[in-house]
Amino acid sequence: MSLNDEVETLRKVPLFRGIEPAKLKLLAFTSERTTFEAGQYLMRQGEDASCAYLIIEGEAEITREINGQSVFVAALGANNFVGEMAILMDQPRSATVCAKSQLCTLKITKDCFFQLIDDFPRIAIELMRVLAQRLETTTADLIRARSIDTPAAGN
Amino acid sequence: MEPKLFRYIWRYSRREQLVVLGLVLASLPFYYLSLDLPRLIVNQPIRGEGFDGPDATRHFLDFSVAIPDFLQGLFGAGQWVLFEGFTLERIPYLLALSCTLLGLVAINGLFKFQINTLKGRMGERMLRRLRYQLFDRVLRFPTPFVRRVKQAEIATMIKDEVEPLGGFIGDAFVQPAFLGGLALTALIFIMLQNFWLGLVAAAVVLVQAFLIPKLRKRILELGRQRQLAARALSGRIGEIVDGAVEIHAHDTSNFERAEITRRLGNIFLIRFELYRRKFFVKFLNNFLAQVTPFIFYAGGGYLAITGSMDIGQLVAALVAYKELPGPVKELIDWDQQRLDVQIKYDQVIEQFHPPQMLASNMQDPGRHRADPFSGDIVAANLTWEDDCGVKIIDSISFRFDARAHVAIAGPAGGGKETLALLLARLLFPSSGKLTVGDQDIAELPEAVTGRRISYVAGDSNFFPLSIRDNLLYGLKHRPLDKLDTELDDPKTAELARMETARAGNPDFNIFADWVDYAAAGAVGPYDIDSRLRAVITRVTLDEDIYQFGLRGTINPHEQPQLTGNLLIARQLLAKMLREPGYDSLIEPFDPDAYNHNATLGENLLFGTPTGAKLDPRHLTEDPIMRDFLHRAGLWDTLIEMGAVIAQTMVELFADLNPGHPFFEQYSFIAADDLPVFAEIVGRIRKLDLGNLPEDDRLALGNLPVGYIEARHRLGLIDADMEDMILSARRQLTRDLPPDYLAAIEFYDPERYNSAASLMDNILFGRPVYGQAEAQSRIGQLVSEVLDELALRGEIFRVGLDFQTGLGGKLLAAGQRQKLALARALLRQSDILIVNEALSAIDPASQAIIRDNIRADYRGKGLIWVAAHEDEAREFDHILRVEDGRLCVPQDSASDHDSPGPATMAHTGRA
Repeated sequence: MSLNDEVETLRKVPLFRGIEPAKLKLLAFTSERTTFEAGQYLMRQGEDASCAYLIIEGEAEITREINGQSVFVAALGANNFVGEMAILMDQPRSATVCAKSQLCTLKITKDCFFQLIDDFPRIAIELMRVLAQRLETTTADLIRARSIDTPAAGN
Repeated sequence: MEPKLFRYIWRYSRREQLVVLGLVLASLPFYYLSLDLPRLIVNQPIRGEGFDGPDATRHFLDFSVAIPDFLQGLFGAGQWVLFEGFTLERIPYLLALSCTLLGLVAINGLFKFQINTLKGRMGERMLRRLRYQLFDRVLRFPTPFVRRVKQAEIATMIKDEVEPLGGFIGDAFVQPAFLGGLALTALIFIMLQNFWLGLVAAAVVLVQAFLIPKLRKRILELGRQRQLAARALSGRIGEIVDGAVEIHAHDTSNFERAEITRRLGNIFLIRFELYRRKFFVKFLNNFLAQVTPFIFYAGGGYLAITGSMDIGQLVAALVAYKELPGPVKELIDWDQQRLDVQIKYDQVIEQFHPPQMLASNMQDPGRHRADPFSGDIVAANLTWEDDCGVKIIDSISFRFDARAHVAIAGPAGGGKETLALLLARLLFPSSGKLTVGDQDIAELPEAVTGRRISYVAGDSNFFPLSIRDNLLYGLKHRPLDKLDTELDDPKTAELARMETARAGNPDFNIFADWVDYAAAGAVGPYDIDSRLRAVITRVTLDEDIYQFGLRGTINPHEQPQLTGNLLIARQLLAKMLREPGYDSLIEPFDPDAYNHNATLGENLLFGTPTGAKLDPRHLTEDPIMRDFLHRAGLWDTLIEMGAVIAQTMVELFADLNPGHPFFEQYSFIAADDLPVFAEIVGRIRKLDLGNLPEDDRLALGNLPVGYIEARHRLGLIDADMEDMILSARRQLTRDLPPDYLAAIEFYDPERYNSAASLMDNILFGRPVYGQAEAQSRIGQLVSEVLDELALRGEIFRVGLDFQTGLGGKLLAAGQRQKLALARALLRQSDILIVNEALSAIDPASQAIIRDNIRADYRGKGLIWVAAHEDEAREFDHILRVEDGRLCVPQDSASDHDSPGPATMAHTGRA
């Protein structure tokens, strides 16, 4: 896959929508394309975070360890960004990500990611937009969960 | 050292000075004759004195002695003719006299030559001695003093400031004797010709000799100031270089500029005044020298005309006078130099006279002792004061077995570090006493303290040598064999030895084997490596050294067996890499395939340039290489690729500021060059690539050399391109001149590549980009292969050749600390003092290393300065030092049986 194909892929990522192609090209150029075989781990819960991955092709599974039990959180497909939360918050990984099939990703290092945000504030705004959207989704989920819980408590 | 320069010179070069003085004295009669001869030539053959007729003759070289009065009764009055001489006519006589003059000139010249040579040798010997003595003193400086001196200043003093002394030492006694002799001879000669002329000449000389040194006094003072200012400047520059990070971090570069500017200005003013005064003195000197001939011409001419002096005498007096200013001026110069050099000497000597310097017999290598320390280590009112008189250690008393394991704990800065230095005898007690087995440690020579005790601190220094040599450094106390194997010519060796002795340097041969193998528990150079490996494993540095080994290179001709084994490893690894799950980790070098994970340059050469002819990063800058690319039809293609790369790079990086880290990490083009390429890209839009200026084409053509398709992903290498490069690769071995081919190490599955690292040789390919965890998986495989072939030891040995760089800077801080500890462990001394030497290592590893050392030192002394209390817990005794005093540890207060906590904190078991 050439650099230009990767730029096309990046454009489909919600986070990078609205960023000029030239900047995305720089991001693609400075990132390493990394392939995982099925069963290999992209990251493990509790590890130090040094990079984020953009999934280009294939499927991955997010699990979280709670009380020694591995709990499935979500499945990820192409165009999903994973691992960015930990590098944004400078915290250990909050979940484990494992490749479910052969997985083609773009590995974006922490330095590279922050450098890009520094250089191109538009990315930060896009990031905020995406995070706000996620927050809204989470809030909606929470309200729905409460509205289910409340009648139960009332009984 | 002698406080007075002349006494120093006399003390060490008396005999040589006397020989030269004798030579000077012997030369003076010849000099006198050479002055007298012009008079004879003018008066006798030229003016005809003694030649009464055209055929008259004279005796040449007749030699007779006047018979002394008391013998006249015996022989009668007259002369005793020893040799009648040759009878010569007037013209031959003239020629004979002239030839004699020529002969005398030659003799005088030879004398001068011989005197100068002897003087020079003497001066150089003395300079060598002086430098050696100064350096010797540096080695004997007390350690607190060494830390305060500025390296740059000390080095300048030994190297530059004493240099003029060498020149002067040769002249110290000889020059005044020789020049004084010359001047006096000339003066006496003039006096003999005419008393009054002689008097005038003497008067002028006296004026010169008194006035000019007076004027020069201020010059000397200025010279001294200049020297101090210059020395301070070099010290300051050294400080600034050391503080480079601070300067950048605090943006104080302009402050430093201002500071240096002021110093330079100061030096300029001093130097300028110096020059002004120097040239005035020069003017005065010249003027006086020129005035005298005026008197000679006027006065001497008058005397000659009136007949009280003949022409020959006048000519001779003039010739003699012409000889006079030279010696006198040089004599004055000598006097000035004397003062100048004396000042320099005083200043240098002052710097090399620190208080409490180690006596020289303390470093006598022969004063070692064979039996280990035994008995107790006892401190009685041990006190150490710093320069300001602050008591860092304040009358501490303790006693413990020299073979005990003792921890020194307490807060940082409370004195525990200083106590460790005192125990290692790196500091001397200010008062009180420290004894080891009833011997005062202050009186032990370094041959005992430096071998029986090992000391490691956290900031240990390394010399820019290999790891192996740094480890062995602690064993090099004295030369152990007397072989002069390096100087194969016995004459040269003898001369070198003689000169060494004459300059008072010690007779230690640096080429001898200095390593005390026995002290490391080894027999000789053949089994020392196993000891090195053992200590390195004890400090858990073995994995690092193994990695260094894999990154290292070897000369296949020197290690044929290892090369053969590495080639076997290569085959084994290749077999493993063919198995499923591993087959995508490495892209092997294949003579018939393009390697997408290697650079284009590598693919083209299918090898690595050894650097002798071709620079791997600038292949196309070589005209012969370019010529080849032309013929292979690749040059225009490379330029096209270069154009694509340049356009992409300019597009990607144009908005970034030049200091951006991306440039270094990712760009093909350095930040400084980007504007140049931006212009080229601008020109490409208007012109065909073929019509670009040649410089542009050259710049573009070199860009693709470092291009890696798998990494950079610009899609430049398609199947056609691969074919082109592969056919060029085949053509290359036929077309390039032999010396170029010899400068490339080609990839050959059957051959070892001496330009590549061991790792690259085993892999024989490039790791594929973008394989998750590729690095660790490859490392794992290589490890397996090497273990299977039992090659780890060999790799380790290559790793020992890793160069540590200046001060060990090429090692990480933790690696440095481990290496320092390994160096101390290798020596197997009686007592090991570890002064917070593991601070840069994580606590878990620290604990492992500490346990290892404790096990190794079972039954021997171990003194451990603990950074934290819990480190100290497992030791036999704990000395807790706070504010320079011992505190009794609460947990073990019950088992101390000493009179009081202030005097005796803890008593050893045995």
